[in-house]
Amino acid sequence: MKANIVKEASMQRQKDMIAAHFELLARAHETGRKVVYTFVPGNLTELMLAFDTLPVHPEINALQAGMRKQSAGYIAEAERAGHSEDVCTYVKCDIGMMMKGNIGPTGQKLPEPDLLLLSYTGCFTFMKWFELLREQYECPVAMLHVPYQSTGRAEPAMIEYVVKQLRTEVIPKLEAVTGKAFDEDLLRTLLGNSVLAEDDLVHVLESAKHRPSPIDAYFGGVYYIGPLFTAFRGTPEAVEYYRMLREEVDARQAQGLGPITPEGPIDDERFRIVVEGPPNWTHFREFWKMFYDERAVIVASTYTKVGGVYDRGFRHDPERPLETLAEYCLGCYTNLDLATRVEMIVGYIEDYDADGFLINSIKSCNSFSAGQLVMLRAIEERTGRPGCFIETDLVDPRYFSASNIKNRLESYFQMLAQKQTGHEPVEAAS
Amino acid sequence: MGGPVMTKAELLARCEELYEDLDLTSVREWKEQNPGGRAVGYLPTYVPREILHAAGVLPVGILGAGEQLEIVRGDACFQSYICHLPRSVVELGLSGRLDVLDGMIFPSTCDVIRNLSGIWRILFPDKYTRYLDVPQNFAPEVGGAFYEVVLRELWSELCALSGREPDDEALRAAITLYDANRKLVRELYDLRAAEPWRAPASEAYLLLRAGMVLPVEEHTRVLAEYLALVREEERAMVDNARVLLTGAFCEQPPLTLIRTLERAGCDLIDDDFMPVLRWLGHDAGDALETDGDPVRVLAEAYLGDEQESACRFVPDGQPKGARLVETVRRRAAEGVVCAAPSFCDPALLERPMLQSALDEAGIAYTAFKYAENTGQMQPIREQAGTFADTIKLWGDE
Ligand code: SF4
Ligand code: SF4
Repeated sequence: MKANIVKEASMQRQKDMIAAHFELLARAHETGRKVVYTFVPGNLTELMLAFDTLPVHPEINALQAGMRKQSAGYIAEAERAGHSEDVCTYVKCDIGMMMKGNIGPTGQKLPEPDLLLLSYTGCFTFMKWFELLREQYECPVAMLHVPYQSTGRAEPAMIEYVVKQLRTEVIPKLEAVTGKAFDEDLLRTLLGNSVLAEDDLVHVLESAKHRPSPIDAYFGGVYYIGPLFTAFRGTPEAVEYYRMLREEVDARQAQGLGPITPEGPIDDERFRIVVEGPPNWTHFREFWKMFYDERAVIVASTYTKVGGVYDRGFRHDPERPLETLAEYCLGCYTNLDLATRVEMIVGYIEDYDADGFLINSIKSCNSFSAGQLVMLRAIEERTGRPGCFIETDLVDPRYFSASNIKNRLESYFQMLAQKQTGHEPVEAAS
Repeated sequence: MGGPVMTKAELLARCEELYEDLDLTSVREWKEQNPGGRAVGYLPTYVPREILHAAGVLPVGILGAGEQLEIVRGDACFQSYICHLPRSVVELGLSGRLDVLDGMIFPSTCDVIRNLSGIWRILFPDKYTRYLDVPQNFAPEVGGAFYEVVLRELWSELCALSGREPDDEALRAAITLYDANRKLVRELYDLRAAEPWRAPASEAYLLLRAGMVLPVEEHTRVLAEYLALVREEERAMVDNARVLLTGAFCEQPPLTLIRTLERAGCDLIDDDFMPVLRWLGHDAGDALETDGDPVRVLAEAYLGDEQESACRFVPDGQPKGARLVETVRRRAAEGVVCAAPSFCDPALLERPMLQSALDEAGIAYTAFKYAENTGQMQPIREQAGTFADTIKLWGDE
C-alpha cells in the first residue's frame, strides 16, 4: 500500500457541493427559500426541487455528528430529556442536536423546517421521528405511506396508492408551503437528469466486478452515493459529479489501480467482501482500517442501496413522473422483504466473485437488523461462502467495541486466507 | 366452553388454562370438531378477524410465550437489542407448537414484526405467510381504496386455503358477530371503570386473552357469562388508585405483573392490551344497512377508528396524547402507568409525547419497561406502590 493519499477531483467537487448546499440552508429564511426535512430512503428530491425547496436529511446530520464525534453528547442530551436508551440512536442524535441549537455539519445553524415530508419507506421509526419533530417545530407533516414489498414485488395497487398520496397529500402541501403551482414539465426535466446520474453511479458500482476492484463499494461507496441519495439528485451538478467520478474510476481501472483509502490505495487486494448493513459512523476510519490493513476490499454493499436500488435496473422514468417516484420509494432496499435481500446479497457474492460476506448488525436499527442472523444462514447455505456477523451502532459510540470487532474480523480473514490456500476446511465464522 | 353455565371460578380457571396452553390445544380441538376448518395465527396489533372468519378460518392471536418457555432457537435468530416477542414466537414455531396453524399473518405494526414475516417465509416455506399492510392515509378514496384491495386479496387467499368462495353474506355475518363481541368487550371495560373491584384487570385480562384462541361466538358467550356473574356478585369495594395503563399493545406483560400492580394498590381501569379486540370500537355493522359492500364497510371502519396507537399515524391537527388525556378524564382515572416492552421503538418513542401531554394536563404518571418474561417483580411492586400511595395521598391537591 502506498503512503500518500491523493484526493481525486470528484472528492473536492462533492465537498464543494455540500458546502454550497449548507450555505443556502443557512441563508434560507433570508432568501425566502422553503425548507423541507425528509428521509433518505424514498426521498422525493426531484419533486422537492421542482418546488424550489431546500431538502434537509436528519439522518445525514446524525451520521455527520457521528463522524465528528458529537453524537455521544447529542444522544446523552436526548436521553436526559426522557428518551429511552433502547431506541434508534439516529432519532436521539437528531433530537439532541436540535436541543443543542441545531448546528449542522458545517458549523452553521440549520433552518427550521417549513414542512416535514414523511416518506414512510422502509422504516417504522421514521413516523415516530417526525411526530416528535412536529411537536418541536409546530410545522405541517406530509405523510407518504409507502407499503412494504413483502413479496419482493411492487403491486399495481401499491403504486396507485402512493401516486394518489402524491397527488392529494404531498403535492398540495408543497404547493401550500411554497405558494408555487406544481410544474410537471420541470419535474420531468429533473427526472431526466437523475437518469444520467443513475447510469453513471451504476457504472461506478459495477467497476468492482474487476480485479483488482478500483473502488471500495462500502467505505468508499458512502461517498459515491452521497449526492444521488440526498439533495442533488435531479440537478445538473449531480450529473457532472457522476460523470467526473465515472471517468476517474475508469482511469483507475485502466491502470489496474485499487481503491483509495485514507492511507493510500490498495493495489494488491487480498479479500473481496460483500457487506450487509450500514457502517458505524463514530469509528468510521478505525473500522475501515480493520479492512484495508488486511487488504480486504468491499466489492458490493447493501447500505449503498437504501436510497435506491439502481444496480438492479431501476431508473427514474421522466415519462411517468409520479408513477416513477412511487416505484422508486417502493423499491428502496429496506423496503424489501428478507428473501429479496438474501437474493440480492447472493447475487452480489456471485457477480462480484466475493470470498465471503460480512453483516454489520446495527444494534438500534430494527429495520435493517431484525432477521439478519436468519439471512446469514440462508446466504451461507446458498453460496457456500462464509459469513461474519458483528454488532455495532450507527452513532452511539458505546456500542462500538473495537477490540471485539477486530478480533472477530482477524479470525474471519484468517479463515478466508486458509480457504484461499486450501489448507483448512471452511467453517463459518459467525 | 359450551355446556352448563360455569361458576366464575371455573370460568376464570378455564381462561387461565387457555392462557397457559402454548400448545394451542383448544385450536386442535376446534379443528377436530370442524373437519376442513383452517386456523391462521396473527401477530399484534390489528388484523381484520372478520375476513378470516368469513373465509372459514379460525383467527388465533399469537402474543408470544410469556414467562413459560425457555428460548433457545429463537435467540439464535435475533441480535441482542430487540424485544422479546419475536424470539418467543420463533421458538413456538420451531418447537412445533404452532404446527396446528395453517398460516400466519403479520400486520404492519413495526419493523420487527415486518421482518418476522420474512423470517417466517424463510423458516416455514410451506406455510401460508401474509404480511398485512394497513393504511396510514385515512382518506377513503386513497388509504381506503388501497386497504380494500388488501382486504380482498387477503380474503381470496384465505378462501383458497379453506376451499371456500368469498361470500358477502358470510362476511356480513362475521361483522355482526364481531360487533357483538366488541360490544361486550366495551361493557367489560365500562364495568371495570365504574366498579373496578367487581372486574379486576387480572380477571378481565384472562377473559380477553381467551378471545385470542376461542371462536368469536364462544368468546362472546364467555364474556356474557362473566359479566352476568360479576354483576350479581357481592364483592367488597376497595379504595385503590384508579390508573390507566398504556404502551402494552404488542408484547404483553406477564400476568404476574398485572397482579403485582393490583396488589400494589393500582386498579387498572383501562389499558391497551390486545387492541385487536377493541379497534373498530364503534359498530362497523351499522354501516351495512347503508352500504352493501362488507369489505368497504370494514375498510372504512378501520379508517374512521379513533384509537390512538403508536403504530398509527396521527395527522396534523390531532395532538399526540389528546386521546389518552380524554380517556383519563372520561374514565375518571387518577394516574397513568406508561409501561413499554424493552427495546420497543414504537412504544418508547411514543412515550415522551404522551408524557408531555399528561404533564400539560396535570395528570400523574409513572413509567417502566418490561418483557413478557420479566420475573423480578419487586422493583415494579415498589414503584407501583409508591405511585398508588402518592395518588391517594396527594391526588386531590
Ligand atoms: S431504525 Fe434504522 S432505518 Fe430507521 S431511522 Fe433508525 S437507523 Fe434509520
Ligand atoms: S414489542 Fe414493540 S418492537 Fe417488539 S414487535 Fe411489538 S411493537 Fe414491535
